[in-house]
Amino acid sequence: MDFALTPDQVEYRNRIRALIREVHRPEHTDRQHRTGTFDSPEINRALAEGGFLERAIPGYGAGDPIELWMLFNELEKAAVPADGIAMALMVAGVIAHVGTDAQKAEFLAQVLAGDTLVSLGYSEPECGSDVAAAQTRAVRDGDDWIVNGAKMWTTMAHVARWVLLLTRTDPDVPKHRGLTFFLIPLDLPGITIDPVHTMGTERTNATFYDDVRVPDRYRVGEVNGGWQVMAVALAFERGLMGGTAAAVPLLRHFHHWAAGVRDDDGRRLVDDPLVRERMVRVAIDNEVAGLMTLRTAYVAATGGLPGLEGSMVKVHATEAYQRAARWFAEAAAPAGLLQFHQPGAAADGWIEYDLRHSPVTTIYGGTSEINRNNIAERHLGLPKAR
Amino acid sequence: MRLEPTDDERTIAEVFGGFFRNECPPAVVRAAEPLGFDAGLWARLVATGAPDMGRAEAVGGGGATLSDLAVVAEQVGRAVAPVPFVEHAVACRLLDRVGAAPPVGATEAATLALRPASPAGTWALVPAGAVAGTVVGLAGDDLVCVRGGAPGVAPANHAAMPVADRTAVDGTVLASGTDAHDAFAVARAEWQTLTASACVGIVATALELAIAYVTERHQFDRPIGSFQAIQQQLADLPIVLEGATLLAAKAAWAGDRPTPGTVDVDRADITEFGTLAGMAFVHAGEAAALATDRALHAHGGYGYAEEYDIQLFYRRARGWVLVAGDPARECRRLADAMFGPVEEVV
Ligand SMILES: Cc1cc2nc3c(=O)[nH]c(=O)nc-3n(C[C@H](O)[C@H](O)[C@H](O)COP(=O)(O)OP(=O)(O)OC[C@H]3O[C@@H](n4cnc5c(N)ncnc54)[C@H](O)[C@@H]3O)c2cc1C
Repeated sequence: MDFALTPDQVEYRNRIRALIREVHRPEHTDRQHRTGTFDSPEINRALAEGGFLERAIPGYGAGDPIELWMLFNELEKAAVPADGIAMALMVAGVIAHVGTDAQKAEFLAQVLAGDTLVSLGYSEPECGSDVAAAQTRAVRDGDDWIVNGAKMWTTMAHVARWVLLLTRTDPDVPKHRGLTFFLIPLDLPGITIDPVHTMGTERTNATFYDDVRVPDRYRVGEVNGGWQVMAVALAFERGLMGGTAAAVPLLRHFHHWAAGVRDDDGRRLVDDPLVRERMVRVAIDNEVAGLMTLRTAYVAATGGLPGLEGSMVKVHATEAYQRAARWFAEAAAPAGLLQFHQPGAAADGWIEYDLRHSPVTTIYGGTSEINRNNIAERHLGLPKAR
Repeated sequence: MRLEPTDDERTIAEVFGGFFRNECPPAVVRAAEPLGFDAGLWARLVATGAPDMGRAEAVGGGGATLSDLAVVAEQVGRAVAPVPFVEHAVACRLLDRVGAAPPVGATEAATLALRPASPAGTWALVPAGAVAGTVVGLAGDDLVCVRGGAPGVAPANHAAMPVADRTAVDGTVLASGTDAHDAFAVARAEWQTLTASACVGIVATALELAIAYVTERHQFDRPIGSFQAIQQQLADLPIVLEGATLLAAKAAWAGDRPTPGTVDVDRADITEFGTLAGMAFVHAGEAAALATDRALHAHGGYGYAEEYDIQLFYRRARGWVLVAGDPARECRRLADAMFGPVEEVV
């Protein structure tokens, strides 16, 4: 194997790093945690202006999965909030794969401008893991569809222009065969958006669809072909676009802080043997997560659909992140309990933040159990358990 | 960038995978216990040229890279073959690097004392020390080589490894001071890298054994592999297999590179060989421990029975790693490279 980046890749990475240095400000992080919107309009605009976005849509134009990985890897390592742009690019990838020419023309141009966010309307109050059981109804009415139902956890809907909506179009066939996707504007009449606040400051939403009239041109993929579209969306989501490097900034924040404080015995915290061992174990887990993510990108770059690799790295990276958050909170106790901007807070509050944020990472984007089910059934060939 | 094996690497894996499948089924592993060395198998492996393939062509070796050797080491691990391939390969490369003669005799093995000699000049529990005539290692600030006198017996041990205490007294000094420490550090990193690959092989076989068993074994009128509790436990094995494979391969890649590499933890940008080797070693050791643990457990009581093969892998997953000392200690060594040394207390 060969792990060397090409000169072009190194140059691309340096340009991203320079852009982040230039544009990202501590105030943006404060805003992220105050509003719960994990997005940076400044970074999105700069990425658009720098021509990064058009190269980062999977399956579109010069879109190169390795560059896509690098982009999100650098943003995440720098703790830049990028959930908004990640979702937008992911949906752009779906449209690039299965969208009509008209959809590509309208929608991709907006995403590439860097000012358009997109939310994902998969989960519902009554179904999350069993996403194919979605009940939100779309019924044909001439050239339009009438949509009724409720979605839960529609993150970014309060700032997004579009929602990629999973609906039931045929209730009389096995559940996977009666689903259809739409990409619809969130300002259509009949849509309401209510905030849902979470333990990790992240704001998400409940969205409601009340006789929403949706022109057929907003349909994505075939009627009742929603599950095929979902396969594309999931393959892009897991691994490629962030979510696997959260413990990199955590380790950085912790060890710089721990080098400057002393424990009750007067020793630098960073010199404690157990702390040193754990920092190294976290660095190893980070390296492994980085390599597995890169491998996911590599599979995509060489023509594969890296669904399995994405599941594997998601389980590894999120569980390692939770372990790291607990270890460092213990090592930093009690200062590790203090939140952002509190005097004496460990690493300015990042340790407490990660302790609060990390639990969600094994839940959203497919729980660890669901990912392990996928691995057991699709990779190990074990009989379906459910 | 290429994150899959090259054609050459695939060929090496096929050739040696086939060799060990034919020559080293579990019956051979069992028959070689308790010493953990099969002289006939070693002689046949020598005949393939594998043990010397990592030496430079100029000195009669095969000119193979560390990455090539790692592919062979993985196959050794898949079969838990009772041969000192890893130790011999790294010790011969070390001898070549310092300009010392290789072991005499075609099937004479060499090894590396992983930990420095005691003040009395003893290398304790040297891997392959029971069967390797030539031993190279550190004694104080000297790199020392002793030849001959392999005891041929090992103290009874967990993994049936041919370990033995050896003496550095009266050995030949090959290098001193910084030269000695530097040369040894490279050899030790190579040993860690190849052992990591051997552990990857153990993970791969543990997974195969587990899947075969849970598919075959029925309880409650169903294959036990259909129980979700079993599935969730085994689903971790391909994850650690993928991670350990990539990290071990990256360490070998770094070892083959002429440039020194960097250690930038803040950006998770690590390309330095010595650091990657330690990381790969610690991670693959844990992966092998986890995989054999889960696989043995999935066998129920039979996993604990000598008759079943998984116990052979379970014991080696631990022994092959712990012979180098406490992994926590290795982590602390890595911490110096990653986070700087511990402050001197005045
Ligand atoms: C902050 C946040 C943001 C989110 N953003 C979005 C978004 O933007 N768009 C969107 O569509 N969704 C979003 N989600 C929803 C998320 O994808 C779901 O929460 C997730 O898929 C789990 O579904 P659930 O919450 O309904 O839990 P459930 O499916 O009810 O699961 C509960 C528990 O049961 C386990 N379980 C369920 N089924 C099985 C099984 N077959 N085998 C073993 N264990 C099982 C689960 O692993 C879990 O531990 C978000 C969630 C959160 C918390």
